[in-house]
This record gives sequence, C-alpha cells and structure tokens, in this order.
Amino acid sequence: MAEIKVEAVAKTFGTFAAVKGVTFTVDHGSFFVILGPSGCGKTTTLRMIAGLELPSSGRILLDGEDVTALRASARDIAFVFQLFALYPHMNVRENIGFPLRCQNYPRAEIRRSVEETARLLRIDHLLERRVGGLSGGDRQRVALGRAIVRRPKAFLMDEPLGALDSEFRRLMCGELRELHDRIDATTVYITHDQLEAMAMADRIVIMNQGRVEQIGAPQEIYDRPRTMFVADFIGAPPMNFLGVQASLQRGDRSIRIDGVPIEMPELFEDRAEGRFALGVRPENVSFADASPLRGRVIGAEYLGTTQIVTVITGSGQVKARLPSNKAVQVGETVGLALRSDRLSLFDAISGQVLHSSLYEGGSRG
Amino acid sequence: MAEVALVDVSKSYGAVEAVRGLSLSIADGEFLVLLGPTGAGKTTTLRLIAGLERPDRGNVVIGGRVVTNEAPAERDVAFVFQQYSLYPHLTVYDNLAFPLRSPARRVNENAVRRRIHQVAELLHIEHKLDNRATALSGGEMQRVAIGRALVREPAVYLMDEPLSSLDAKLRAGLRLELKRIQRELGTTILYVTHDQTEAMTMADRIGVMNEGILIQLGTPREIYERPDTAYVASRLGTPTINLIPSELLGCDAVPPQARTVGLRTEHIRISSGDRPGPLAQVHWVEHLGDQNHVHLKLATHSLVTLADPVQQLKAGDQVSLEFAEPLYFDQAGNRIDADGSRGHA
Repeated sequence: MAEIKVEAVAKTFGTFAAVKGVTFTVDHGSFFVILGPSGCGKTTTLRMIAGLELPSSGRILLDGEDVTALRASARDIAFVFQLFALYPHMNVRENIGFPLRCQNYPRAEIRRSVEETARLLRIDHLLERRVGGLSGGDRQRVALGRAIVRRPKAFLMDEPLGALDSEFRRLMCGELRELHDRIDATTVYITHDQLEAMAMADRIVIMNQGRVEQIGAPQEIYDRPRTMFVADFIGAPPMNFLGVQASLQRGDRSIRIDGVPIEMPELFEDRAEGRFALGVRPENVSFADASPLRGRVIGAEYLGTTQIVTVITGSGQVKARLPSNKAVQVGETVGLALRSDRLSLFDAISGQVLHSSLYEGGSRG
Repeated sequence: MAEVALVDVSKSYGAVEAVRGLSLSIADGEFLVLLGPTGAGKTTTLRLIAGLERPDRGNVVIGGRVVTNEAPAERDVAFVFQQYSLYPHLTVYDNLAFPLRSPARRVNENAVRRRIHQVAELLHIEHKLDNRATALSGGEMQRVAIGRALVREPAVYLMDEPLSSLDAKLRAGLRLELKRIQRELGTTILYVTHDQTEAMTMADRIGVMNEGILIQLGTPREIYERPDTAYVASRLGTPTINLIPSELLGCDAVPPQARTVGLRTEHIRISSGDRPGPLAQVHWVEHLGDQNHVHLKLATHSLVTLADPVQQLKAGDQVSLEFAEPLYFDQAGNRIDADGSRGHA
C-alpha cells in the first residue's frame, strides 16, 4: 500500500512538452486510472512515477517521501507493461520467482512467495507447467504473478490488456480489480479504453495534450463532465452537442434550441452573447411525437439490446440510444425530447462547462 | 459478378483443425463479417480465400471460377491486415499508388492519379497525400492501408481486424466510414473480427465461428434474436445473455426438453419485492456511465442485467423479476421453440 502524490510535474523532450504541469494524488489502496488519447502524456506521466523518466520540473512523493530523483530500482514499485512477456524456456514457478532470484532471495523464501502468489491468482496447480502450453488467460495470470511476487508498494500498469480480445479483456478487467482488492494494492493504470476505466477505477484522471482535464469518480466524470473534451471522450457514442447563439442569465432554466425552449438545470452564471453548446448523452434523448424540437433520421445502428439512431436537427447531429424494438425509418421526421435534469451547457469557444444546479452536488475536480 | 464461395473447405496445421468443413457464400456487394474468438479459424478462412493457404479439402470459388489452385496474385482479391504495413519512405500518394504501379497490372499514371484522388476523398485523407507515411496518426495510417486496398477494384476485399489496433474513438469513427464506403462503392467485403459491435453495426450478414466451424450465418438481427445455440446467444449482447437452469424460472411455459433458459437484459424487468415472480437479491450495482449493470442472485445463480437509472437499487435489496421472450436451449445447447420443436433448420 502506498500513497502517490504527483505535484506540478512537467516533462519536455527537446522542444516538445509531453506533460505540462500535472497534479494528482493516488490514495492508499485505490485503483487509479489515467485515461486519454494517444499522445496525451499518460505514459510519460506513468514512467515518471516509475522512475524511468526524470521530470523536467515538479515532485513525486511516495508515502510522503520525495522520490523524484530516485532511480526506478530504488522505488519499490512494480511496472507491468503489456502482459505476456514470459520466459518461454522456464516453467510457471521459475517465471514467477524470477524477480526474487535476481535479487538473491533465499531459496525457501522464493518458494513460499511463489506458492502464495500462485494461490492468490488461482494458478497453483500450474506451477510445474511450461508457459508455452498455457491458455492466454493463464499466461496473463503468470505475468501478473511475476509483478506481484515482490509485493511492491504500488503497481503501475501500461495498457496491460491492450492486446486482448474484447471479450477476454472484460473478463481480465474483473480479475485485475478483484486481485487489487485482495492484495490491498495501490494501482495506477493507463488506458485509452474508457470502458476499462469505467469498469475498474475508483478515480479517473483524464488527460489531454499534457494537461489534466478532470479528475473524479467514473460516474461523476460521466454525469458531470467539466469540459467538452471530457464529454466527448467518455461515452460511446459520446455526448451530443447542440450549437446555440445566446446571452444567458443566472437563474435561467431553459435555453432556445432551433427556436424551441428546452428545459435545463438552473444556470448559476451570467454570460454575454456568445456561442454555447448544449450537451446531452445519447441515452437521455428520446423520441416524442409532440415535441417541437424536430429532426430527420439519417441512420440507425442496430446493437441488439439497443440501437443508436442518428438525427439531424437545425442545431446539429444528435445520436439517441433507443430500445431496439422501436421501429425507426431512415428519412422520417421525428420530435426529440431531452432529459432536462441531465443537460450540460458548455462555452463552445473555451470548451468549459457553465456552472449549474447539475454541477452543484458533485465533488469538484 | 464477384460472388465468393467456399465449398466444404477444411484446413489443418499438424493436429490442429483450423477450419472444418466450411461452406460459405458471399454475395456480390455484400458486407459479410466472420465473428469469433482467437483461434476460431477466421483468419485461416481469409487466407484460404486469398490463396495464402491451400485447403486440405474443398474448393474456393471467386466469380464462378474455381481458384483453389491459383496463386494469390491470380485471384483478384485485396487483403487488409491488422497491422498497417505502409512503406515508411514513401509519401501517402506513393503508398496508395503502389498496388497500381505493380508490373503485374500496369495502369497509366493519369488513371492512377484519378483513382488515388477518388479514394483519398472517400477516406478524408486528401490533404495528407504529400505527407510521409510516418508523419501520420494511427487512424490516418490505417486509413491509408485501407485506401491501398481500395485503389484496386478486386472481386473481394478481405479484411483481418483492420481496426483493432486503433483507439476506441477512432475505431468507432472508421467503422461508420467503412460501412459508408462499402455502401457507396457497392464492394464485396469479407471482414474478420472478434468485436461484436463491429459485426453488428457493419455486417449485412454475420457468420459466427468457433473452433473451425461456422455455427450460424444470418443478419445481425437474426443472430441476436434467434440464435441457433447457447454459444451464439452468448457471443452477442452487452451485458452477456443470462443462461440459467430452466427449473429456476419456475413457470410452466418452459418446454420439457429445455435445460437452459436464456434471458437478455432487455427482457428482464425488475420490480419491488412484493410483486409476483421469482425473487432475487441485488448483489451489487456496477456503474459504467451509460449503463448500470445490476448483478442479481437468483437462488444460487448470478444474473447481470441493466438497470433503469431512475430505479434506485442498492446491494441487499430484494426484488421480483418478470421475464419476457425467453430463449430455450436443450441439453446440447441447441435452441428449441416454446412448443418444443427445434428452433432452427
């Protein structure tokens, strides 16, 4: 267990600023996910926590101790890259015990640690098997075993499930989270897959172009995105944005889209005339014949449980998640209803959310 | 006429039977997706059609011509691999032109230029034509790789998980684009994936494969709503269909041969514990943003279903369940209709 503090950490490679002043705290025992598109600086941030890169500025604290300048081997942190990197000529026992053998642990202790680790991962019956003949799942478990056998203070994982089948990935997500709970670990996990992040994380930090966009619990980030980037990055399909030109007053409870007043959470800011974007998640859009907000259906994607219907309105394209038994004709004109208590309003230029009653209850990022 | 057919094709590698007695026909202009886990035989199937592998048995027919013994170059197919393999020292334009400039099919440079601009426009990479291939983002590189196949007009495009190495966002975008391009050009595509969303959203028909066997072939809706087997039922749908022993359902509509009942999340209604119906306990509620998965305990069995966000459920709650449109499977896992007859031909 460990607490990791990242304080105003920045990293430049030549003239390229990969990380531009990032601050967050990973609590003892939490599963913390760094989420972002490729090139957002998430891997560089993780490598600095591991000690594989030296920050250009800022500090990294591990359990209160400043480890910024310590080399990786002095940090008591285990780094799990893409799993599967096993030694094919060794059996399971030798693979798991390898890190301990390298550090010249006594034989008896290696034996005990390896067996305990294998039990935790439920692969103790495979210890004498060669890794070549194992199923994909068991190979992953062996690779994990090698990471946890040293019982480090924290685990850092860089897209460990990236190479797997989507089905299998879902299964391993569950296992990783369960393992984390069982060994009471602190985990920092990198992914660009929002579903992985949502399924596993206690807290998520979303990064973009070397900066933190938002930090919070998964549901918090999903329900109350603070920027259009976050609203767009999280969710499949992402949040819809309806463009609007308006001037706004504190206390406003509706906004005109295509000339139609749309109810929304009470606004807590005054804004001069400008461009705004009303954000609505696909599952909060429904068809309502009587609604004056009209649009034309241009496509429907059947997903089995639900379908995603794309509608063109005068203010932009809207994707709605509807039950798949709802009959939808491409080309037909429909009325749209938006769930009023779940709407976010953004400044379309800065991308920042406007403060409203929806955002009042949530914790601040 | 670009119909592609496999007739009772088998292929083994040593003791492993990668493809077993596969018969499949892809219609002209069809988008057919083979869906299955790693090792199902999907890629081998593609390679057999491309001519990169010889079948041990059976025939490959393209456009009415048996091509089983022809070399890949003679077959008029284009292959898009999982990993984009562009020539790093060439520009996007020259990468796209490469297949057209091959000595085997000399095309004059004016025609090459016309075709490249057409394809680049389709893929929205027109402004990148002069860039080096290495100066592109992952999504752009994969579009160029797809474009390199599209510049030719083969009988069939064979695509092996072309989107799987991309970010989730890019993948969703390219999925739509690929489907649009296929519709606009009326091309024939055989596409291999393990991703059910790709299969559901792009395919005219899906072929579900497992262990070298084609288990079911049908439109996405047919496969989802009327799966032939419990295996197919569990391949599609998020969360996965609940398969529970039929006696747990406790109602007399269950046909006698049924051993397992399949319940999809949209067919399970949760109401407060005082309503009639089997009682279950809420184990935990998993928040996944757009979906809340409710994990239920029904006697000793676990069910996973979607919760209405307005329904405030918490661990320990007692709820009653109502089921609609259950799917019944016999001992062997084959679906049977409610009247007890086999659910499929």
